[in-house]
Amino acid sequence: MINNAKELTELRDFARKEMEIRLDRDVEPSPENHRIDILVCGVAGCASSGSLKVADAVEEQIQQNKLGEEVKVIKTGCFGLCAEGPIVMVCPEHVMYTKVTPEDVKEIFESHIKGGKIVQRLLAGENEYEEIRDRLPQIPFFSMQKRIALNNCGIIDPENIEEYIALDGYQALAKVLNDYEPEDVIDEIKKSGLRGRGGGGFPTGRKWQSSAVVEEHEKFVICNADEGDPGAFMDRSILEGDPHSVIEAMIINGYAVHAHQGYIYVRAEYPVAVQRLSVAIKQAKEYGFLGTNILGKGFDFDLEVRLGAGAFVCGEGSALMTSIEGKRGEPRPKPPRSAEKGLWKKPTVLNNVETYANIPQIIRKGANWFKGIGTEGSKGTKVFALGGKINNIGLVEVPMGTTLREIIYDIGGGIPNGKEFKAAQTGGPSGGCIPAEHLDTPIDYDSLTKLGSMMGSGGLIVMDEDTCMVDLARFFLDFTVDESCGKCPPCRIGTKRMHEILVRITEGKGEPEDLDKLEVLAKNIKESALCGLGQSAPNPVLSTMKYFRDEYMAHVLEKKCPAGVCKSMVKFIIDQDVCKRCSICKKNCPTGAISGDKNTPFVIDQEKCVKCGLCMEKCPFKSILKNA
Amino acid sequence: MTDKCTGCAESQEKAKELQAVIDKYKETRGALIQVLHEAQEIYGYLPLEVQREIANQLDIPLAEVYGVVSFYTQFSIYPKGEYQINVCMGTACYVKGANEILDKFRTRLSIDVGECTEDGKFSLDACRCIGACGLAPVVTINDETYGKLTVEDVDGILDDYEAR
Repeated sequence: MINNAKELTELRDFARKEMEIRLDRDVEPSPENHRIDILVCGVAGCASSGSLKVADAVEEQIQQNKLGEEVKVIKTGCFGLCAEGPIVMVCPEHVMYTKVTPEDVKEIFESHIKGGKIVQRLLAGENEYEEIRDRLPQIPFFSMQKRIALNNCGIIDPENIEEYIALDGYQALAKVLNDYEPEDVIDEIKKSGLRGRGGGGFPTGRKWQSSAVVEEHEKFVICNADEGDPGAFMDRSILEGDPHSVIEAMIINGYAVHAHQGYIYVRAEYPVAVQRLSVAIKQAKEYGFLGTNILGKGFDFDLEVRLGAGAFVCGEGSALMTSIEGKRGEPRPKPPRSAEKGLWKKPTVLNNVETYANIPQIIRKGANWFKGIGTEGSKGTKVFALGGKINNIGLVEVPMGTTLREIIYDIGGGIPNGKEFKAAQTGGPSGGCIPAEHLDTPIDYDSLTKLGSMMGSGGLIVMDEDTCMVDLARFFLDFTVDESCGKCPPCRIGTKRMHEILVRITEGKGEPEDLDKLEVLAKNIKESALCGLGQSAPNPVLSTMKYFRDEYMAHVLEKKCPAGVCKSMVKFIIDQDVCKRCSICKKNCPTGAISGDKNTPFVIDQEKCVKCGLCMEKCPFKSILKNA
Repeated sequence: MTDKCTGCAESQEKAKELQAVIDKYKETRGALIQVLHEAQEIYGYLPLEVQREIANQLDIPLAEVYGVVSFYTQFSIYPKGEYQINVCMGTACYVKGANEILDKFRTRLSIDVGECTEDGKFSLDACRCIGACGLAPVVTINDETYGKLTVEDVDGILDDYEAR
């Protein structure tokens, strides 16, 4: 139990010693401490690819080699390089091993831990290991990033509150409770220029203020951790890698707006995040950061985790609140705004996970520090989840104003297999695509909106020449039709009609008038739908039509899919000049559509062909052509 | 619920667990969704009798409970297979061919999405992004995750489960 700011600082200084070899590359480990820290990413992608078994194997090696005194294994949050997972980092050298299997662990111990010789074959990329400890920060994937929200991810053990405290955790709370009036907190956040990271980009300070000024006995603060945008895992990584930063920010938020109860609404698809949060809340209670008379300053605050149950619409503020009330997560019309009548009709502030993760550092380092990062209208950094057709799939945090080209080519390592970049989708099913001609746009809230997309929560899916943009629009409409809650007709019926038209076009039955119909429907839905989900549902269609109209035209006029994705329009044929009559395609065809033998040419029976593409994949001579 | 579940020790055991869950949340505001989550963990799905029991004890109309159950995709009123296959259909997985993988599961098991094989061994669902985009395309079978899948991998995986 920590009773005041002084005790907190004492604990920090004590706990920090334990972590020195992780923080400073040049530190000489003091003899009384352990000598080596082995950090294993224990979240998201790495956990899914077996990193927890790697951590067990490390533990086993420690036991076997009786190194318990000297070597410690720590399950951390995300390092960011998810495609290369499971990631293991050995400190103090900060050597990063990638794609580590439990079988590799023995070698790491024999060679590196005991022998002091780095295991070359497990190093990231094609690095010749010379001076990796100096070079690692210079690899563009790391050097071009600036970590604020992800600051502690990949360094601390998220299940150990003392490691968070060691890195100045809960100092911002102590500062606020000791030196700030609630209004001062809001002023500081306003001055910082922080805007909501969940999508809309509303100024956070103003949001807090509109709830703070309402006179009401009971108020709530809520963290929106219903990260439903497919292809986005920023919030998941923060919650799993650094849950206390969100908890600390929520307590500060509660103090600023005079609320004493908070809820974190997490989607049920993230069981690890739920478990980490529960552990973190329990520890925060034990240490006295939650509960009554926090740090001896007379402020009370409590926090509860609430689970979603698989409904995208619950990411919308008012729907989220009805869901916390235990009802169908349907949105409601505004006004009244949630700041006045939100959860249980009480004034409520709702912020996204990443927004909260910025707060403690803004308080500690000051609004001016934060304001110095980013662009005119968008301050600070943004976390993006890079996915799709890109080499370095993973989690990156960059200053606002970084260009898409820098993110995709310098940090993301470009497009795999030498393919052409076609477009990037930001904002998920509510956003839009950005084509190659806008690769050099500095990314911030306003520039993305101008391009017809939006920041969204930070999912960034890269598409190459093999992606059909009409099919992509249909995919997103699939999603919104499925996720429409059904409360308002424009969304319930309108998106369904748009979807039908898109299905028709992708099946080769579209007419030129369909494009006009899509545009009219889109405009009407945007104007009349009840909530953000409906209002933004047509965006993927509008933006793909804006930038890739020729593809739509090819579908409706020539009945052709230029990317060769829409199956009904694709035709596979065998190039007789190249074919060596090896009969591999015939053996692999699941429907027996290919005939021919050594003496007769091989041909595909188009009636029987189901266009699975297996023949093309299997042909060793590349003699099978698509769409020719 | 007792009238339906007598005579079977297992179902009595489950009823007891359900009672404990309801008791735990009785005083919590807006706890219905949490109760349904934990009830589904006990029963594997949410049959009508379970919904009725929850409705009675929490003093919420059954229609409202059913309304919530049918609203959220995570709740199921049908039993699931012994092995629950979830094909992630998030954008990252989709652009990397999740659709073809889903098709392969469909044809191999001869069931559609949301259905269960006759022997109760497998059920197939397409799920929302599970946030493991680095491994796209991803399939989960119970607690096991299979990443960077190709259509060819599917047979091997299912063979393995069928042999269990």
